[in-house]
Amino acid sequence: MVPISYYLLLAAALFCMGMFGVLVRTNALVVFMCVELMLNAVNLTFLAFARMHGEGTGHVSAFFVIAVAAAEAAIGLAIVIAVFRSRGSVNVDDIRTMKH
Amino acid sequence: MNIELVLFGVFAVMTLLSAGLVITARSPINSAMALVSTFFFLAGIYVLLWAHTVAAVQVLVYAGAIMVLFLFVIMLLNLGDAPHRGKPTATRLLGGASAVGLLAVLAVTLGRMNAQPAQLDAKGQAAFGTMAAIGETIFTTWLLPFEAVSLLLLVAMVGAVVVAKSRI
Repeated sequence: MVPISYYLLLAAALFCMGMFGVLVRTNALVVFMCVELMLNAVNLTFLAFARMHGEGTGHVSAFFVIAVAAAEAAIGLAIVIAVFRSRGSVNVDDIRTMKH
Repeated sequence: MNIELVLFGVFAVMTLLSAGLVITARSPINSAMALVSTFFFLAGIYVLLWAHTVAAVQVLVYAGAIMVLFLFVIMLLNLGDAPHRGKPTATRLLGGASAVGLLAVLAVTLGRMNAQPAQLDAKGQAAFGTMAAIGETIFTTWLLPFEAVSLLLLVAMVGAVVVAKSRI
């Protein structure tokens, strides 16, 4: 039987890799993919705790996270398309209109 | 040797390798392909956690629908490889360092936890993670959040069309 701590450590590693990508990469699409990685790490944590306590509420939370991730992907990619249409770039360093 | 532990090791290593490829690949297409394989290996790990239903939804929704959306947008924008790595600004260096620091803190905390899976009787084992058990939880305890999520998906759908369309 695999200890739950192993699953939690894997989720932590995945979350930090996603966070690293969000903070370091400049392509907006890759930044979105890294956000999906972080959401998946959270799902894995929910499922690991559900298995630890032996009840299914964590699975329901994972479903809700997946639904919100789908909504986020649709809206986020629409925004990327709108920005690309007006700026001709998806580099997050070039999009600094709202800075200051 | 425990077969469950071997499977977990294989899936975990492959998940982390694909995730590493997502954040290091130069072309967004390669990132997306690595992301698909990350989702598939994560679905395998969900099965090891007895979450079969969530694993199936993971493959259908994430590896299917969301990745199609991503690939469609990447091909629509027709981006080439990243021409340059981007300057390592102070913000970016600090961000990378903070991610590594968070990993260190989480690893120390979780490593000390030593949590074990719950021991279930035969009846609980048969019901755990099935569509019937999850459906019952959703439609009794979590009915209002479920309806709120369906409303959220509708709003997201309409909003995506409004934002992405140039003229309506």
